[in-house]
Amino acid sequence: MRIALFVTCLADTVFPEAAKATVRLLERLGHEVVFPAGQTCCGQMHVNTGYQAQAVSLVRRHVRVFDPYDVVVAPSGSCVGSVRHQHAMVARRAGDVRLASRAESVAARTFELSELLVDVLGVTDVGAFFPHRVTYHPTCHSLRMLRVADRPVRLLRAVRGLELVELPAAEQCCGFGGTFAVKNADTSSAMLADKLRHVLSTGADVCAAGDASCLMHIGGGLSRSGSAVRTVHLAEILAPTEPDRAGGERSDLVVRS
Amino acid sequence: MTTREIILARLRAALAPAPAPVEAPREYRRDAPVDLDRLVDRLTDYRAHVHRVAEPAVADTVAAILPAGATVVVPPALPPAWLPATVTARSDDDLDHTTIAAADGVITAAAVAIADTGTVILDGSPDQGRRVLSLLPDLHICVIRTAQVVANVPQALSRLTPHRPLTWISGPSATSDIELNRVEGVHGPRTLHLILLP
Amino acid sequence: MSRTFLGMPTTAPKGVGHLRGAEPFPAAARRALSDAQLRRNLGHATATIRAKSGAVVAEVPDWEQLRAAGSAIKADAMARLPELLEQLEQRVTDAGGVVHWAADANEANAIVVDLVRATGSDRVIKVKSMVTQEIGLNEALEAAGIAPVETDLAELIVQLGEDRPSHILVPAIHRNRAEIREIFLRAMPGVDPGLTDEPAVLAAAARRFLRQTFLSTPVAVSGANFAVAETGTLAVVESEGNGRMCLTLPRTLITVMGVEKVVPTWRDLEVFLQLLPRASTGERMNPYTSMWTGVSPGDGPQEFHLVLLDNGRSAVLADEVGRQALHCIRCSACLNVCPVYERTGGHAYGSVYPGPIGAVLSPQLTGVADNASLPYASSLCGACYDACPVKINIPELLVHLRDQAPHPRGESAAMAAAAYAMDHPALYAAAQRATRLSRLTGRRGRGLPPPLSGWTADRDLPEPPAQTFRQWWASR
Repeated sequence: MRIALFVTCLADTVFPEAAKATVRLLERLGHEVVFPAGQTCCGQMHVNTGYQAQAVSLVRRHVRVFDPYDVVVAPSGSCVGSVRHQHAMVARRAGDVRLASRAESVAARTFELSELLVDVLGVTDVGAFFPHRVTYHPTCHSLRMLRVADRPVRLLRAVRGLELVELPAAEQCCGFGGTFAVKNADTSSAMLADKLRHVLSTGADVCAAGDASCLMHIGGGLSRSGSAVRTVHLAEILAPTEPDRAGGERSDLVVRS
Repeated sequence: MTTREIILARLRAALAPAPAPVEAPREYRRDAPVDLDRLVDRLTDYRAHVHRVAEPAVADTVAAILPAGATVVVPPALPPAWLPATVTARSDDDLDHTTIAAADGVITAAAVAIADTGTVILDGSPDQGRRVLSLLPDLHICVIRTAQVVANVPQALSRLTPHRPLTWISGPSATSDIELNRVEGVHGPRTLHLILLP
Repeated sequence: MSRTFLGMPTTAPKGVGHLRGAEPFPAAARRALSDAQLRRNLGHATATIRAKSGAVVAEVPDWEQLRAAGSAIKADAMARLPELLEQLEQRVTDAGGVVHWAADANEANAIVVDLVRATGSDRVIKVKSMVTQEIGLNEALEAAGIAPVETDLAELIVQLGEDRPSHILVPAIHRNRAEIREIFLRAMPGVDPGLTDEPAVLAAAARRFLRQTFLSTPVAVSGANFAVAETGTLAVVESEGNGRMCLTLPRTLITVMGVEKVVPTWRDLEVFLQLLPRASTGERMNPYTSMWTGVSPGDGPQEFHLVLLDNGRSAVLADEVGRQALHCIRCSACLNVCPVYERTGGHAYGSVYPGPIGAVLSPQLTGVADNASLPYASSLCGACYDACPVKINIPELLVHLRDQAPHPRGESAAMAAAAYAMDHPALYAAAQRATRLSRLTGRRGRGLPPPLSGWTADRDLPEPPAQTFRQWWASR
């Protein structure tokens, strides 16, 4: 299958390993990955901060760039959530009915990574090898905007060598929330402190999630607290295989925290 | 313009152009069989005491609940056969609040009971009486017939007459105001007995 | 205001009631977050209610169908609000009640004060009601020499503690049993000095304290959970029996309700009486629900007044997206699941309506400029939307209101620059490369200036990668 990668501005700029792992994984599964060059940002930051008018040009760009593809994947529940639940709304509010309908069409073809794997490609065992004790944070937008439910956990359970430990109060927000973490930094920190406490209580050495933004937040807190627990994107767990490691093609997993 | 006209004008302006009426989907349950065990379970869960007896045994059941010599208030049309000789009953002929509050208990019938929620509903009929009657005494004995039990809330609403004063009772008076834990016993009757007749 | 605009939707006036906080949310939240006892009390209480509510919601197989019905009935009520209010007025009047209309808090307070004065009483008993908190009725009564007595246990705790309510359902949720005992010992006349902190003992103390007041006060004030236009029936949902006392014992009953509380038909109650208790207190049914239609001869109050209040609701209704906030049935489920509320408590929101619903309702009632920080008091995690029994899309509303909020000038400029760069890929790529300069801001961002320093107070920034994804892709 030919799959267009919507890399997301955050993964592109700050967490390229998550995007590279997405490419490697899909290619390993026999699919063709293309990277539409004109893509930048979905505009979620503008919408969620109260600047919908300025998001219109970004929505228009996103729709123009991705409209030619049958299947689009992003390694982010949050950005797919924006495409699916905000783009048409932004276009409609701007009075551009045609853009709204095109945005809906693109949204219907856009999937978060675990959705693509499980629903579109019909695979839960991707042949991955990841010998670590892992706890999984479901991220709010994957959980509640996209309803990915247990898809990521089913994928993780099939990974060789991976020991999955349940995260207490997993469904509680980590406190990121985009500009929330800046405008309400104290409340965000209090939420993060509880999330970190739960992560540490699992004894996992890796905290995984499907959103680089939440991982940046959790990882930033773990780093500041001097913890050795690392944050790793779901794609980076699903990409490596046993021969990969035996052949030494990859070094160790990327240390993010 | 009167305030009434101003408010109505504001609301009409707010809605302009007037939206179309919305037809509510009503795909929730309505038809369901009555499960008496569920009623008992729900009532017991909220610390109501349930007695399942035949009608001739009501007086004995009441006698077992109330100490000999107790005073109860009763609505004017409560079946006299429900009252044991061991208690003094005062029928409500416009009793004052102090007298009602001083009674050891109150005995009433009910209009409807809901199995799903453990609720009994009083509608002020002559065998249930004024609302104050079942409110001020600390103990309430409520007698209900199986034919009055419905399965769920929709069935209950369809049996009730809106213009009657209605009191829905689900267990004894309670509060969740202290640390969100339910504790029984604030202003209403702290003890609730349900006598369920065939 | 000129007469021309009298009939236009209007926000709630300033200077009366409790819809506007004294300071922005982040500042108020900071103080609350530093109160360890408050954090423990809230954490314990919200975890308890979440578990209870979750269990009784899970046992209802048609919960989603009920939510869909509740949402649609409310949407229908809002769409036909003027005609439904006229119908309600007619039915209540037919049943012996008197209907009053109040455009705002000042008018409602004046109506209630006049009605109480007419009874000759210098005291009223009150059922817990959000709307009378909203309009500051207690202050208005006190100013007129009338003592309002709150009879709900939590409201009584707040009143005796000279405190402010912090939760829609349980206004004293921020107090634990030991603190409640101390308040009772300090402020409840005639209390047993041997009072323990057992909840049942505390409840019994409130029973003793209020009993004589219930029996001797000739006038009560209540709110309403629902008002049925078709029949003129009002409903109050409660637990303790204080509501029954107020609705039954006095000679005169005054009910104040926001205009949005009207539902079209009697049958509609079958939906809300299933949704509300399970979402609210986590019970299959609350202990007591009272329904009355006008005056019942020989039973209960023989004089009934219904005050219909606008106070900004017409302004909320005027916003096609925002009007769904008026669907709220005040169950407080959204507070109990909100990770922000759980940590800051209700006082940080300033308004009597705290939590997620408060963050979308208060700014609309007052105009967004007067509560500009509230739409941002959320991480948009979406838990509130899932919990809402009438499916109010609170995250959508928050984003909608953020768009109307006044923005800091520096932020606006930065957002405009970012949007411009993101629409010009070459500029965007250059900006990406510049993020590597962030190393200049000090190790892991610790040298960042405000407001970004809020982030780096407790979190490191990630190390910028050696190359961006698109650089890697180009080099493949």
